[in-house]
Amino acid sequence: MTLPELWFIAVAVLFTGYFVLEGFDFGVGMLFPVLGRTDNRRRVLLNTIGPVWDGNEVWLITAVGAMFAAFPAWYATMFSGFYLLMLLILVSLIVRVVSIEWRGKINDPAWRRLCDAGIMTGSFVPSFLWGVIFSNIVAGLAIDKTGYVTSGFSDLFNAYAVLGGLTTLALFLLHGTVFVALKSAGDVSIDARLLVRRFGVLPVAFVAAFSVWTQIEFGKSWTLIVAGGVVGALLAAWVLAAIERDGWAFAFTTLSVAGLGVLLFGSLFPNVLPSTIDPEFTLTIANAASSHYTLKIVGWLALIFGPIVLLYQGWTYWVFRKRIAVEHIPPSIGLSLRR
Amino acid sequence: MTSLDVARWQFGITTVYHFIFVPLTIGLAPLVASFQTAWVITGNERWYRLTKFFGKLLLINFAIGVATGIVQEFQFGMNWSEYSKFIGDVFGAPLALEGIVAFFLESTFLGLWIFGWDRLPKLVHLGTIWMVAIGVNASAFFIIAANSFMQHPVGATFDPERGRPVLTDIWALLTNNTALAAFPHAVAGAFFTAGTFIAGIAGWWLVKTARSGQTEDLGLWRKASRIGMVVIAVSGIALVLTGDIQGKLMFKQQPMKMASAESLCHGGLDPDFSVLTIGTHNNCDSVTHLVEVPGVLSWLAEGQFSGVELGGVVDLQDKYQLKFGPGDYRPNLFVTYWSFRVMMGMAALSAALSLAGLWLTRGGRNPDQKWFAWLSLAAIPAPFLGNIAGWVFTEMGRQPWVVAPNPDGDPRIRLMVQDAVSGHPTTTVVVSLVTFTLLYAVLAVLWAGLMRRYVIEGAREKPNVHEDDHELLSFAY
Repeated sequence: MTLPELWFIAVAVLFTGYFVLEGFDFGVGMLFPVLGRTDNRRRVLLNTIGPVWDGNEVWLITAVGAMFAAFPAWYATMFSGFYLLMLLILVSLIVRVVSIEWRGKINDPAWRRLCDAGIMTGSFVPSFLWGVIFSNIVAGLAIDKTGYVTSGFSDLFNAYAVLGGLTTLALFLLHGTVFVALKSAGDVSIDARLLVRRFGVLPVAFVAAFSVWTQIEFGKSWTLIVAGGVVGALLAAWVLAAIERDGWAFAFTTLSVAGLGVLLFGSLFPNVLPSTIDPEFTLTIANAASSHYTLKIVGWLALIFGPIVLLYQGWTYWVFRKRIAVEHIPPSIGLSLRR
Repeated sequence: MTSLDVARWQFGITTVYHFIFVPLTIGLAPLVASFQTAWVITGNERWYRLTKFFGKLLLINFAIGVATGIVQEFQFGMNWSEYSKFIGDVFGAPLALEGIVAFFLESTFLGLWIFGWDRLPKLVHLGTIWMVAIGVNASAFFIIAANSFMQHPVGATFDPERGRPVLTDIWALLTNNTALAAFPHAVAGAFFTAGTFIAGIAGWWLVKTARSGQTEDLGLWRKASRIGMVVIAVSGIALVLTGDIQGKLMFKQQPMKMASAESLCHGGLDPDFSVLTIGTHNNCDSVTHLVEVPGVLSWLAEGQFSGVELGGVVDLQDKYQLKFGPGDYRPNLFVTYWSFRVMMGMAALSAALSLAGLWLTRGGRNPDQKWFAWLSLAAIPAPFLGNIAGWVFTEMGRQPWVVAPNPDGDPRIRLMVQDAVSGHPTTTVVVSLVTFTLLYAVLAVLWAGLMRRYVIEGAREKPNVHEDDHELLSFAY
């Protein structure tokens, strides 16, 4: 295996890690209108991800940084190519960060409603758009010979990509609901399980349709197993959540999200951005990679620091492992709007 | 306006906006960690209250710092894709390291600190805030090392086959003398900002408390304001020293930047230092030097008062045209001249607060003068403006280059801004410029409102003495 190929795997792992970890964060945010009917229930939802969501989001920042270091041409073409979609994602992420952190600072119903809207928007929009973006990457973009993406805004919303967007949206919702069932206690947890039991079939259907399409049109022989695993794991998660095996159900949604990442990046390999204009203009792992020295030296540093990060992030999850219920939520320490 | 102009405005606005909040986080995190350390060691309730009070302000600020930082990670690819392709081999490395070494550290341990007050042993919990403090400073180092490559490229060779520089020595990149000078200068600026923030708020509270006749909290605010004043003094000295080192490097590495900072149009042996000029500055013809001092400039450049040969803007322009072909190699002289002066001038307010405050609180005295309360409040925004002015000078003095050629390096490692920008239609970039500017404006107003509200509320939160219901979380969003 060549060094650029190893780096392709590293970037794939970082993005997949981001989808696994932020997947349930987004899911929790999207559940606000359904499971968070009172302020205290919303606070239960929010605090299931409270100590960890910021660290989860750094997976994205690091994935993008790794992409920039290892495949500058991929980084440059992808983010200039998806300009307006990226703008929408960035605005959502910004609004979400400040809404989560500032929500509890002021005790005022209007302020809370505003922040809740920010959290929901910041969860729905990226959940949908990341699916759209990665579907388009797998399917290919109109990349001309100068390396510019000439696909228009509407081209990006083709049938396959829209299905991809709906799939990640539905998958993250289920992932998040199962996470809430696992991390909360009492009514919130019961309602989350009920939600999975009643509507869990929808994400399974979306993921099945999208995986089949991806496998038939872009897959390789070995990704067939992955595609099967993605659907099978989600089906298992649905059943497990129904019989109240919250931990196992979450393990299987995690497996399914991770599997979807493997399926997409596996279908893409050995390209990083296929051109639909001419295969000559396709960005590949080989022609988009940095120099050997950069890949080697940053690779060594990542190998040293990566496991340390996993250790302390894992420890954080361990420290905050207790389930949260409405009765654990302390009275708000936020200030009133005016003195 | 071309898409180049819009992209430059956008990068300028978003970066300046990010750097309003960044220095406060970098400086305040270690100071809050110090307050908590003092509490753990002495057990004195005063330190706990200061930790909680400034900790809340730190968190309000941290949120918006993170939010505005996210954009930067993507903006290189979105608006400056030609630059990203050209420089990614070198520039990407510190960015990736920043993510894996620093961002993970600060974000994960901040979560542990916020939510871990009763979940973690006292000492472990203290360790988490120190990890945050280390993380925020480490991230500053990596990003400044990346920026320093653009000012003074080292550790790379030009690969003619690919037509771009490739990294050859990461150690040289991370120990770039430009980075080693810029990092302590930026950190000193951050402590200067946080010191003024603490001294300003505590000074205002000190006068307010003294005038109200309540003696209970006098000691708390007195302690905090004196700590802030000492931080101002120490970091102020560090700012001057590191600034001088950085200036001397710039005279060597980026002479055009320093010439334009001084509005030095025509160089020569021991040119005079300009104190005040008027005019539009932009073509050297309309600049009128009103006040000049001999000797100072030579000392700033090389540490001696005479015998120093310096190039002026006009001389350097001719020199660059010979070297790199026809073109305009001059930065905006008006902006560089005045941003340089605003940067230094803004420090005066903090210095005044520090000196006045240390004098008024000498020997156990507590000031109740109204003017001191006003001075405390007035000083708070000054370092923020100084930080911004300093970065505007550094970045706009680099124009028209995005990667300035190293005079002692391979001249092929260079890139001008017009060759760095993405080929987007102007309207596309205008959409994102308008979006970010409006969103940021709204968030800044909310940030200022929250900060003000929490400052006025004061340091009320005391340690929990009575046994609380252990079922309750110590903190929840």
